Amino acid sequence: MTAFIIRRLLQSLLVLGVMSLLVFVGVYAIGNPVDILINPQADQADIARAIAALGLDKPLWQQYLIFLKHALAGDLGKSFVYNVPALQLILERMPATLELALAATGMAVLLGIPLGLWAGLAPDSWPGKLIMTGSILGFSLPTFWVGVMLIMLFAVQLGWLPSGGRGPTTDLLGIPVSFLSWDGIRHLILPAANLALFELSLLIRMTRAGTREALLQDYVKFARAKGLSNARVIGVHVLKNILIPIVTVIGLEFGSVIAFAIVTESIFAWPGMGKLIIDSINVLDRPVIVAYLLIVVSLVILINLAVDIAYSLLDPRVRIGAATA
Amino acid sequence: MQREPTPFARIAADFAESRLALAGLALLTLILLVAVFAPLISPQNPYDLAQLDVLDSRLPPGSKSGTGLTFWLGSDGQGRDILSGIFYGLRISLGVGAASTLCALIIGLTMGLCAAYFGGRTDSLIMRLVDIQLSFPSILIALILLAILGQGVGKTTFALIAVQWAYYARTVRGTALIERGKEYIEAAACLALPPARIVLRHLLPNCLPPLMVIATVQVAAAITLEATLSYLGIGVPITEPSLGLLIKNGFDYMLSGQYWISFFPGVALVLTIVSINLVADQLRDVLNPRLQK
Repeated sequence: MTAFIIRRLLQSLLVLGVMSLLVFVGVYAIGNPVDILINPQADQADIARAIAALGLDKPLWQQYLIFLKHALAGDLGKSFVYNVPALQLILERMPATLELALAATGMAVLLGIPLGLWAGLAPDSWPGKLIMTGSILGFSLPTFWVGVMLIMLFAVQLGWLPSGGRGPTTDLLGIPVSFLSWDGIRHLILPAANLALFELSLLIRMTRAGTREALLQDYVKFARAKGLSNARVIGVHVLKNILIPIVTVIGLEFGSVIAFAIVTESIFAWPGMGKLIIDSINVLDRPVIVAYLLIVVSLVILINLAVDIAYSLLDPRVRIGAATA
Repeated sequence: MQREPTPFARIAADFAESRLALAGLALLTLILLVAVFAPLISPQNPYDLAQLDVLDSRLPPGSKSGTGLTFWLGSDGQGRDILSGIFYGLRISLGVGAASTLCALIIGLTMGLCAAYFGGRTDSLIMRLVDIQLSFPSILIALILLAILGQGVGKTTFALIAVQWAYYARTVRGTALIERGKEYIEAAACLALPPARIVLRHLLPNCLPPLMVIATVQVAAAITLEATLSYLGIGVPITEPSLGLLIKNGFDYMLSGQYWISFFPGVALVLTIVSINLVADQLRDVLNPRLQK
């Protein structure tokens, strides 16, 4: 077990190293940072001095090592636009993104599992078919288009909900959150629903397929033969057995939800780190781009690692499979 | 005596069994024709500045321009005909989607076949790379590449190829490993055929059916991702707008009630994606030997 965790940990570090190299070389080496960093009116001597001061005259591998040393100390450079440390900028925006991602995941779970159960128990009824058609649409329609349509319907035509922004926030343990005030919730509904759509469809399909499979198993037949109530058979025997893969997917999808928040935040002008990265790419604010990519990549790697370890604790077959592979 | 139908005739007959799939195929064909013949059938060349008039900007659907042209789907902020914009936008969207899928297919096929045929180190190296890549959300990979490379049709296509190849490599490897254990490959090896011939003439054709299904689904996924990236403003440039960029351009006007600039390109995008998915769905059933009667 410990060997599995150590091996998995080393693998994650390796991936993080490779990704940081890719991002660093890509963002700093392609294109000429001198053009952006240094005043175009500066003379040759000034430019040479600035290049030396920024360390751009060193070989690329040295620049990378210096960057890595600073990065490990939590220094990812200063934003060209805001003139504050890039890391601080990202961390300020992170609560908004996390709140949105958690709200979306919550919505997907609270709706997806019951709807999937319903569709799995009555696959040929019209609600069952309707749920499945809905989930196919949720899969195939572009998320950003659905977001645009949500704004058009609920904000522009009906005027029920705001079209964007985060609204007022309340401090919870020093972190600004939206969900504690009614106005904040109104701002949260549309973006969260938009971001939840894909995962919701995924959970409906998984729960439905799992339910249909579980209903044919001997343990369900036996539970029914014992005369247990329908609610108990479904709530305990079916649900408990299909929940392991579903919980795994919810965990793995969280990284995806954070990444796809880029799209939702841009549509709904949600002031999270996803909107920040798009704005930064447009103005070539390199330190912020690098900081965002490194933080999100680390988050995704961390989530994958946590899910893998949790899975190997729950299911011994994974450990054995990984050891022999 | 009746002749055995060719595999293609059998697949076509099975495919035609679903009316919904046929409708999807008809719609897709129409969309493809529109994209190919866009310069001939568009009422206006939306990128010829001489044909545009600022006085015609943001007219609602059905209004007439100063020159007598009717804007059936309205006009945008620069006085461009939305319908013509959609026709030209379809070319970019479908072109980028198809080109990236084809390239990713070829790369993934080669990598997957290499992994399955050589095994050992090659296999674990390629598959580890695939595993790592697939553990990241597709949009994050595309974002990293486009943040590095910048905007552009070619660059967007490249990012989409990089996102997609791993799916094919994994599928091809899986199928090829199963097929390699079968008797016809053993027979071919007993005939002392050269390895290249075994791989290309025997192994490859039998790996294609599952690959075709994934490729169809992936074209739709690629078009969606391209539209998303262009909507975010990091995909195709403003000079070659795809449907995603057209939707973005109309977004601000939509908030003031001028819905048509965003709405109709969106409808075109959704129809394209749904029609491809309908075809892909039926193709999956037709090409799945387990469902064969």
